[in-house]
Amino acid sequence: MRKANKGNLPALIFLFILLFLWQLGAMRVNAAYILPTPIQILQRLWELRGPLFTVHLPATMAVTGIGLLISIGLGLLLAVAMDWSPLLQKCLYPVVVASQTIPTTAIAPLFVLWFGYGIWSKVLVTVLITFFPITITVCDGFRAAKTEMGELLLTYGATKWDIFLKIKIPCALPYFFSAIKMAIPMSIIGAAIGEWLGSQSGLGYFSRRMMTQLDGAGVFAPIVLLSAVAMLVVALVGLLENKVVKWRGES
Amino acid sequence: MSQLEFDRVSYQYPGEDSDIIDGLSFSVEPGSFHCIIGVSGCGKSTIFRMTNGLLQPKSGVIRVGGRPIGEQKHYCGYMPQKDLLFPWRTVGENLALPLEIIGGYSRAQQRELIDDALADVGLEGCRDKRPEELSGGMRQRAAFARTMLTGCDLLLLDEPFSALDFLTRISMQEWLLGQWEKHKKTILFITHDVEEAIFLSGSVLAVTETPIRALAEVPVPAAYPRTRECLARPDMVALREDLIGVLRRQVRS
Repeated sequence: MRKANKGNLPALIFLFILLFLWQLGAMRVNAAYILPTPIQILQRLWELRGPLFTVHLPATMAVTGIGLLISIGLGLLLAVAMDWSPLLQKCLYPVVVASQTIPTTAIAPLFVLWFGYGIWSKVLVTVLITFFPITITVCDGFRAAKTEMGELLLTYGATKWDIFLKIKIPCALPYFFSAIKMAIPMSIIGAAIGEWLGSQSGLGYFSRRMMTQLDGAGVFAPIVLLSAVAMLVVALVGLLENKVVKWRGES
Repeated sequence: MSQLEFDRVSYQYPGEDSDIIDGLSFSVEPGSFHCIIGVSGCGKSTIFRMTNGLLQPKSGVIRVGGRPIGEQKHYCGYMPQKDLLFPWRTVGENLALPLEIIGGYSRAQQRELIDDALADVGLEGCRDKRPEELSGGMRQRAAFARTMLTGCDLLLLDEPFSALDFLTRISMQEWLLGQWEKHKKTILFITHDVEEAIFLSGSVLAVTETPIRALAEVPVPAAYPRTRECLARPDMVALREDLIGVLRRQVRS
């Protein structure tokens, strides 16, 4: 733990320098409507705290949360199905990959036509870009399970289900956490994209509205909020991971 | 009645032209210790994998305790070359694996059996350790304890000590003989180390040809309990040279 904290100070200084350079550059350009300074963004965030925190943040979090839950469910289901049956894997894998070649931003307006301006069109965008890393990563996790271990259990008289419970799941668990940590930022991006394209609330929608008003700081303020939330949730998952996964990739 | 009996057993790997095991018959008496010795890739592990049910013979019957293995479960304990301790389980939880799968043990019973088994292999106090905290020899002993917990009288050990350094290996060999004398199990032990085979076996079963049609039984002229000094006796040295000669002929052909 102490080792991990050791690098924190240089990292903070580095971040501070970056922000400082941004501040200097933006002050030189002096066009806050396209390039606001970090301080202007923070000021705007503070001024807009009412609508941002009470209306738009909850709306985006609802989309993200629902989308993430569905993605985890769908992703795990697909991964288990593909691991269970080679035939299913052959059928599903190309479809899963193909789903990722869809330019989501281009097709998302259609979702709005199909599902309306409500929450579900945004959830669909979120799921479409989030379930993929979960499926693929967890699938790899199942495949990392060594066949020798399964054979050993078979000699004890184990069933396929025993092997799944006692070998596949523990093997896939570290992969699962990696997948979740990847999926969280992606689901937030998905929700924001969905809101950009058609919505009446949410941080993505808010950011877009500020753009139409040429309020550069107002565009950035909700984005800063989104990043902060994503980092916070990933950190929380990391804590949970340290509690649950006590081993990682030993030979 | 023999503990293990092969009756004209053949096996052919899918995609190969010829049988690797061709009409093999042999039998093993209860309470004996045999090493099966042969060059790499000769098919000695295939004999084990058919005995423990991982492979199905093309023809022939394998009997354990007089009954065909198809009719039985939990008749042999198998210990592969790698210790295969699951890194996400503690040593004690690893030992619980056969008990969990065989089923019918309460938590308290499991715990008692595991503590006894650990004490038996000299790993008292290691129950809550993680496998990576143990040395190579300790890991093999834990894996052996796990094999013992299958409760079977027939143990199949597939080169269990081949990955250990020399000094650890010879002390593990002495330790294994001690365990065998104490528990009166029937042990079949695969190795390609001639000295290991001679030190451990009552009689060595040598694979002299591939495909395997028969195992040449070579009695070892030394009584149990043994110490390593017996390996220096002239008759034992002669036996070792004989066996090495047999194996080398096979490598050349």
